Amino acid sequence: MTTPTEPAAFIPPPPSRGLRLLSLLWNDKFAFMGAMFVLLIVLFAVFGPMLFGDVATKMNLRARNMEPFTLDKGWLFFLGADALGRSILARIMVAGQNTMAVATSAVVAAMIIGGTFGLLAGFIGGWFGNVVLRLADMIMSFPSLLIAMIVLYMLEPRVENLIIVLGITRMPIYIRTARAEVLEIRERLFVSAARVMGASHWRIVGRHIAPIVLPTLTTIAALDFAFVMLVESALSFLGIGIQPPDITWGLMVSQGKNYLQTAWWLSFFPGLAIMMTALSLNLLSNWVRIALDPVQRWRLEV
Amino acid sequence: MGTYLVRRAFHSFISLAGLLVLVFFLARLTGDPTNLYLPLDATLEARAEFTEKHGFNDPIYVQFGRYLVQLSQGDLGDSLMKARPSIDVVLEAFWVTLSLAAVVVPIALIGSVVVGALAAYRPGGAFDRIGTIAALLGASAPDFWVAITGIILFSLTLGWLPTSGYEGNIVYWIMPVTVLLIRPFGLLVQVARGSMLSVFSSAFVKTARAKGVKERSVIFVHALRNAMLPVITVAGDQAAGILNGAVIVETIFGWPGVGKLMIDSIFNRDFAVLQTSILVTAIAIFTVNIAIDVAYAFLDPRIRHN
Repeated sequence: MTTPTEPAAFIPPPPSRGLRLLSLLWNDKFAFMGAMFVLLIVLFAVFGPMLFGDVATKMNLRARNMEPFTLDKGWLFFLGADALGRSILARIMVAGQNTMAVATSAVVAAMIIGGTFGLLAGFIGGWFGNVVLRLADMIMSFPSLLIAMIVLYMLEPRVENLIIVLGITRMPIYIRTARAEVLEIRERLFVSAARVMGASHWRIVGRHIAPIVLPTLTTIAALDFAFVMLVESALSFLGIGIQPPDITWGLMVSQGKNYLQTAWWLSFFPGLAIMMTALSLNLLSNWVRIALDPVQRWRLEV
Repeated sequence: MGTYLVRRAFHSFISLAGLLVLVFFLARLTGDPTNLYLPLDATLEARAEFTEKHGFNDPIYVQFGRYLVQLSQGDLGDSLMKARPSIDVVLEAFWVTLSLAAVVVPIALIGSVVVGALAAYRPGGAFDRIGTIAALLGASAPDFWVAITGIILFSLTLGWLPTSGYEGNIVYWIMPVTVLLIRPFGLLVQVARGSMLSVFSSAFVKTARAKGVKERSVIFVHALRNAMLPVITVAGDQAAGILNGAVIVETIFGWPGVGKLMIDSIFNRDFAVLQTSILVTAIAIFTVNIAIDVAYAFLDPRIRHN
């Protein structure tokens, strides 16, 4: 990560920011591999259902619980087949879409709504700020998994509800961070200057404060993504997330649970996909945190 | 400090009250338990008697008022499932989860601080690289999958450990404790390493080295004590996270803990048990958070809660 790797080849005078970042990424091999894996998963999520949607749902009873690591039935069956003879590899590629879509929507929603509430709580303060902060405390002080379970059990588990629940349980972090930053920023000179010049509250928050808070929130969101993905998988695993015939990785692990004794690969590979993705995201967001921090960036350039 | 604690307790109390109200209404929106508890061919009279007895035929606000009155008298209601006071059912289960946490938390805290300190001692060294990757792996591992993979490997293939169960014997504890440990451990190692890195470059560590203090006591006395604060903060936030993990671990390994109890009570619409278990766990979490604030002041005398 932050460790100085092999002295890099001569880096030509930076032609553009994008290339510069790319060479920084290349220097950190772990982060680079993480980025490649995330890219792969995103490609699967976007194109997987189009390309493999049919294969993933096609039953083939002769291939029931087929063992992995043989190419007898083609490369799609390299990771074996499930209890209905469907290709595990194809299903993993297709299932990524639901997991990614839910996690992305939940994180973005939490960031926008939580960030806005945090901004206002910090800027307006008073009883409004207190209420928002107490609400954040309340959500944060309780296991998110259980709140999600109660709500999903009540609302019936659907993709939209899953996004809403996950979004709400992740909001407190953005609320607290945004509020804490605003409390500090609003005392700075340029805010006072804007106020003296007669800028409205909305203009001060929107034009002067929000742009400073946004990068911090984005960094948190990047870190949060892997976590939300894991919670979504856990909910699907417990049977209150996404419901069949839709598939997610967590659901696949749960479906394979009944065949542990005879067909371990049913649960193992989808879970491995979850872990590899979470690991890649964590590696990548660690790298982003350093790359965007001018004080630490040299570590990547050595 | 005293007034601070009182204010903190008051805030916790408000959050707790909000949580209870929320859970009360949400739980009742999941439906009427009558159909779940009476056989399909139960007579209308039997159904009427059941709803009458448990008060489900009253409007929801009347039920809520009754709950508040009972609560003020210290009566938390009876479990529908077990026909016993819900507090007894919950405390039995809570004890199981608490004993699990009592094993996991100290190992996670001490282990992560030691590993984090050693990793930060030579940034970029072999130990640091391995430790960092392992910590990231741990923080990225889906606990339910680790549990299942563990069962496949150690129970079904090797036959060393039991697949599930809860007894005094240590073999029943190994897998649940390990699974529950992995995530917090991975997270805390990263935090500990980060805060040790910044402490090592601070002036007082340089001073200690300059005046010839032994390296071991520089690490474990000067640096460690100061690096503990962020670790403890994150560990406190993980208190709720451990409960999340307990839900998974207890479900998979069949432990009669409070996480499993909550899931069962949601599925069985056993409202009293659900409310009581949320009350008990929330109180526990709030207590932990307040205790951490006190620990701050204890570890770092510069912190005064005003």
